[in-house]
Amino acid sequence: MRIKCPLCGERDLREFTYRGAALPRPAPDAPDEAWDAYLHLRDNPAGPTRDLWHHRAGCSAWLVVRRDTATHEIFGVELATRSRAVRA
Amino acid sequence: MRYSGFKVLVQGLTGNRGWAPVWRTPDPRPAYDIVIIGGGGHGLSTAFYLAKTHGLRNIAVLEKGYLGGGNIGRNTTIVRADYSLPGNSEFYSHSLKLWEGLERELNFNVMHSQRGVIRLFHSDGQRDHYVFAGNAIANRGDGAELLDQDGLRRLVPYLDYDNARFPILGGLLHRRGGTARHDAVAWGYARGADGLGVDLVQNCEVTGIDIRNGAVTGVQTGRGPIRARKVAIVVAGRSSQVAAMAGLRLPIESHVLQAFVTEGLKPVVNHVISFGMGHFYISQSDKGGLVFGGDLDFYASYAQRGNLARQEQVMEAAMTLMPMIGKARVLRSWGGIMDMTPDGSPIIDKTPVDGLFLNAGWCYGGFKAVPASGEAFAHLIATGRPHPVARRFRLDRFRSGHLIDEEGAGSQHNLH
Ligand SMILES: Cc1cc2nc3c(=O)[nH]c(=O)nc-3n(C[C@H](O)[C@H](O)[C@H](O)COP(=O)(O)OP(=O)(O)OC[C@H]3O[C@@H](n4cnc5c(N)ncnc54)[C@H](O)[C@@H]3O)c2cc1C
Ligand SMILES: [Zn+2]
Repeated sequence: MRIKCPLCGERDLREFTYRGAALPRPAPDAPDEAWDAYLHLRDNPAGPTRDLWHHRAGCSAWLVVRRDTATHEIFGVELATRSRAVRA
Repeated sequence: MRYSGFKVLVQGLTGNRGWAPVWRTPDPRPAYDIVIIGGGGHGLSTAFYLAKTHGLRNIAVLEKGYLGGGNIGRNTTIVRADYSLPGNSEFYSHSLKLWEGLERELNFNVMHSQRGVIRLFHSDGQRDHYVFAGNAIANRGDGAELLDQDGLRRLVPYLDYDNARFPILGGLLHRRGGTARHDAVAWGYARGADGLGVDLVQNCEVTGIDIRNGAVTGVQTGRGPIRARKVAIVVAGRSSQVAAMAGLRLPIESHVLQAFVTEGLKPVVNHVISFGMGHFYISQSDKGGLVFGGDLDFYASYAQRGNLARQEQVMEAAMTLMPMIGKARVLRSWGGIMDMTPDGSPIIDKTPVDGLFLNAGWCYGGFKAVPASGEAFAHLIATGRPHPVARRFRLDRFRSGHLIDEEGAGSQHNLH
């Protein structure tokens, strides 16, 4: 798998660290159900998904990667700061 | 048919013509008292103990592929009881005791071999941690010995003790740990359950779970609907998909774990050895292959094959630990789908749906758990109450904060 960082271009998987599903972060005072869901519960699809990766050995940006968990095909990569997936 | 040395001898002398199929291949009936989804190690052992311990008979195991085709036949076969935290500690201790009587219980040779598991340490801090872990194991009565470098050299002379980066200072030896033949565990439980009247239905994928008024009423399958009063989900890497059929969202993310085996060699690695710097563990199978593995591929995946980056890292760890391994040729590698929880510990519990039970989240340590998991899950399904050794494996522990995080890695699925 190779990931195309919007800042650095296509790079080897080994430059990136995976964080987990890209989910909007609840408000600090949100009820504990919301925090439980954010921290623990996952759709965990066998197919298209969105997850967070850190370009650790590159530009250090956080990325939202759209990819398929069954085929490892990558559909798109965007900066987390620009992504709607992680915005509440 | 009961197996014995005498039968093997007679069959051997008469051309092995008298062996009968080990289990039936029934078509599914329209209704059962209990339907178990998933014919892996945990599903089969659950069926066996439901029939054996609780005397229940009207049970089916529905398997989408063939029995034992999932992780039960893909793992590196390590069996140990060297956990430290309450919850895991009593559970795996109990499981090891069941392993020690398993071949008699099943009348089946699962090739359980208590050859000893050695965890290496490479720094003073790690030694201190193993003193703590060793005490926890010894206090349970499961046996742990701290070996200094001389003691370890006598047992395993071939390691790279003076490695400049990761010198080996000693190890924690758990003598009752070891390995077993993974397929044989599935086959032994399958044969035992079948003999007690359980229907083992293969090529039968569950595609839906029927719920009426908050209670389960049956399942939809590729071979038609099947009614059931109780339904148990035991599908390892596919837990999220099957639970979603009942509207549940689980604290699970699925990841690939790879394993590797070399060509057959003469006996050389007599224990299970695990490297303390990075994740790497190795043993030698009875056929002579060196069986080894490392970390997860680290990102959510359902591909039953691994990536090259992890293969490279595992090979590097192998070469760092025991340079002699460089002469062996790797024959095969493969991957299995791990149901990873946020604390690395499993779930054996009821669900919010009446009559629907969940056994999941074994991460990459579920082989050693097969006997106790089946016993505890059967107890829960039959009596409605958690088994004493599994009562902390609750589905709601993440929300309530009662995590069982053995490695203190934090609440993230891929870190365990
Ligand atoms: C490479 C590797 C190494 C490992 N090493 C070790 C080790 O050394 N020690 C250890 O203790 N553990 C180890 N494990 C972990 C252990 O193998 C698993 O935790 C355990 O086998 C999972 O439980 P199971 O046997 O029931 O799973 P499986 O055998 O995967 O059983 C689940 C079954 O459910 C079926 N299924 C799924 N969906 C459906 C459906 N919709 N309908 C019907 N059936 C369905 C599947 O086909 C499968 O047969 C390892 C795993 C891997 C992959
Ligand atoms: Zn970058």
